[in-house]
Amino acid sequence: MKPTNIEDINYFHKVIDCQYACPAHTPVPEYLRLVAQGKYDEAFKINWISNVFPGILGRICDRPCEPACRRTRVEDNPVAICRLKRVASDYKSADTSFLPKIPKKKNGKKIALIGGGPASLTVARDLLPLGYEVDLFDDQTRAGGFIRTQVPSFRLPEKVLNEEVDRILNLGVNTHFNHYVDSLKEILDKNYDAVFIGTGAPRGKDLPDLPGRDAADPSVFIGIEYLAAVLYRHITHSPSRVLVLGGGNTAMDCCRMARRLGGEEVKVVVRSPLSDMKASPWEIEDAQEEGIPILDKHSPVDFVVKAGILVGMHFQKVEAHYNPEGKRSLLPIDEPPVFIPCDQVLLAVGQQNAYPFIDVDLEMNKWGLPVLDELTHQSSIPNLFFGGDAAFGPKNVITAVAHGHEVAISIDLYCQKKDLHDRPHPTTTLLSQKMGMQEWLYDSHISDDKRYAVPTVDKVKSLKNRLMEVELGFSRQTGHQEAMRCLNCDVQTVFDAATCIECDACVDICPESCINFIDNASETELRNNVMIPAENKTQSLYVSKPVATGRVMVKDENVCLHCGLCAERCPTSSWEMMKFTFNSAQVGQNDQD
Amino acid sequence: MSFDRPKFRHPNQTKNAAGFSKQDYEGAMSTLCAGCGHDSATSGIIQACFELGIEPHRVAKISGIGCSSKTPAYFLSKSHGFNSVHGRMPSVATGANMANRDLLYIGISGDGDTASIGMGQFAHSLRRNLNLNYICMNNGCYGLTKGQDSATTDKGSSGKRGVPNPYTSIDLCELAIELGASYVARGFSGDKKQLVPLIKGAFAHSGLAFIDIISPCVTFNNTSTSTKSYEYVREHIEATNTFDFIPLQQEILAEYDEGTSQVVTMHDGSKIHLHKSDSTKSITDRLIAVNNLESEKAKGRLLTGLLYVNQEIRETHDIINSTHRPLNSLTEKDLCPGNAALQKINESLR
Repeated sequence: MKPTNIEDINYFHKVIDCQYACPAHTPVPEYLRLVAQGKYDEAFKINWISNVFPGILGRICDRPCEPACRRTRVEDNPVAICRLKRVASDYKSADTSFLPKIPKKKNGKKIALIGGGPASLTVARDLLPLGYEVDLFDDQTRAGGFIRTQVPSFRLPEKVLNEEVDRILNLGVNTHFNHYVDSLKEILDKNYDAVFIGTGAPRGKDLPDLPGRDAADPSVFIGIEYLAAVLYRHITHSPSRVLVLGGGNTAMDCCRMARRLGGEEVKVVVRSPLSDMKASPWEIEDAQEEGIPILDKHSPVDFVVKAGILVGMHFQKVEAHYNPEGKRSLLPIDEPPVFIPCDQVLLAVGQQNAYPFIDVDLEMNKWGLPVLDELTHQSSIPNLFFGGDAAFGPKNVITAVAHGHEVAISIDLYCQKKDLHDRPHPTTTLLSQKMGMQEWLYDSHISDDKRYAVPTVDKVKSLKNRLMEVELGFSRQTGHQEAMRCLNCDVQTVFDAATCIECDACVDICPESCINFIDNASETELRNNVMIPAENKTQSLYVSKPVATGRVMVKDENVCLHCGLCAERCPTSSWEMMKFTFNSAQVGQNDQD
Repeated sequence: MSFDRPKFRHPNQTKNAAGFSKQDYEGAMSTLCAGCGHDSATSGIIQACFELGIEPHRVAKISGIGCSSKTPAYFLSKSHGFNSVHGRMPSVATGANMANRDLLYIGISGDGDTASIGMGQFAHSLRRNLNLNYICMNNGCYGLTKGQDSATTDKGSSGKRGVPNPYTSIDLCELAIELGASYVARGFSGDKKQLVPLIKGAFAHSGLAFIDIISPCVTFNNTSTSTKSYEYVREHIEATNTFDFIPLQQEILAEYDEGTSQVVTMHDGSKIHLHKSDSTKSITDRLIAVNNLESEKAKGRLLTGLLYVNQEIRETHDIINSTHRPLNSLTEKDLCPGNAALQKINESLR
């Protein structure tokens, strides 16, 4: 193999698994360290710059970072990254000095944002400090989009949501609430310099062809509409027996909400096997914790209505079969349909994009989504951009935020008549952590603690009140201990072959047997020749230039603990612990230089 | 500075035949200087024990005083251990070995502990062919007292102090062959590929197995003018042979050329297959073994590998015809044969 090029910013970026997995590339280890040190304000600020909604995401994020966490490869459970974000938000001071200064003198450019969800708000936050004037249109009474209407208060209290949304609106967004944009043409005709569409994927899927659907209609609700109706108090009670169809996070929210509104026998029925369910594992756990059974491998057959009243549903039991490509098909098993009695059905079987307001000539693809440049999010109308679920279909909040940042960069370049593909680069640094003989600037000790559970309120109480947040969040003490579980993957092991005397000290001390001095070969051979074969191919091999004896140093990055012992035991400082920081490009960063 | 190693180990690490993982052979974290050769020697011992599936509680490690003698704290923490007086490791090992011949004895010493203050003890343990694995971590200086020349510092070599050593050095391997050791080898801490089989061979050997491990002192004796620096040793190393150690249970699979290969069957039935670079360099003949060392030395080379092995020399227990059982397992019945036996002995003396 050729020596690893550590100048390539993607190499060390990839080693920081959590940050790499995050769509917004939030510098996770950096803020976890600050949480551990009790520097909540600074930890919050890092989050706010990167993901805009630390308090919200600290509760409801899809957390792609956690399954990626190195700890899952070293022991069982990842660091509770998401909940530590909440710690930063919970214990920060009232200080607002981190907010950007909004220039009084505007730059003369006007932007329209359609939809008041996380993507639009991110665009607004990024562009306002540069002097843009921003008009936001939303059909609701307050901003927040689906975070407000779909996420129940027992997971995200309204107070937290308002604080984070208002922080952005107060920067000077011209809001137009209760304003449903029914014609894109009208907006485009107002001569905005750029228009952004962040209207989400607003349409909940129905099962219109299922027999009995129409007759059962008074007792059947679409999941996301049900949750919104609860929020606006159009629905305040639940009948005793409720079936929730679907296996995503909306299904989990619906069933838990029904429990709180008086549903006693709430069941989730899903077609796929439990292991294939789309809902996050922790959401499934939370639902089960509240006494909600999940019946998997049940496909709906019909609604049973007697004397105009829904009395239950039939389901066909199915089995999952996978073809060699891993594609799944659900085949019915030879058993008569199962009848499950119920008084109400909530359908949470997916969401779809819909753009009823688009009345201009816009190029759409075969899935009914706008044709966009994947990098710039620009549509076939040059000054029209898309982001969030409205861009590439339903994803999650953190993806919407990442889209928002990219669109802000695109709009800024567009307004300056620059090439949209010539984008600002991420900023990176690589700094030595050496403080003295065997002393580091970071806490290199590896905690043996298992993942801490977040304390919750009493179940009896929380099931009576849909506004009561279930999770209490970590205390400062537990937050510190949990944050100490972080393995500091941003502190890199950097090797210099020129000064190595091949004493083997690093090889001998490495607890994970990552380091090898062997003859160079192809990657496949090297992966096999190292002390413990490097079978995880998603993780890189770090290969050095030849050392004096002609061999090369090969380090398997897979389970390196970043404990720094190789560098501590190195007599020639050929190993050095260096902190790699990676900050995604921000709009206008080059203007400030 | 870290005082302990993280507890996590590679999830794919394997277990040996005895059901132990490598971690079971580890000890406390080393407090020696970073890059010390002794840590690599230690790691070699751990590797050998792991590969042979030795049960840690069947091992006793005994040491003297010095940097080397600190190392038993850094391996086999589940074994018996005794850190004895300076230069007196062989006496303590002899006592322990006399009391219980069933354990595997690892004696750790250094060049000061062996070639200076402990020279007399060293000589007599060799002469008696005690069943001991005598490992000397040889760095050619007194590292613990800031790097003064030791008795194994080569004439003309200088460490950090910069003054060449005016005295002739002692070649511990030659001495060991001369004085009756039955397994003599020399390894280099920077070459575990060679060192680990040497240690495994020693463990299988019955009688005194002496391994001189050239183990550079990074702090005081890793200078460009030293003959025991990593660089010098790498440049001047010469191997008698490479060899495979084949435990008893294992089938011999490789093919060996006649003339350049030699099989040595060890006491426990395991075999050592040597691949020699030169067929005349026999290692079972004491005279040739010493000649080999001297002729390479004359060429300015340092001979390593298995230097001499002799399965004919009896170990101490066999020489003195002592009991086959550990003393602590002897009962009153064994120790007090009764009046009749006493009378018989008395009769024989009348």
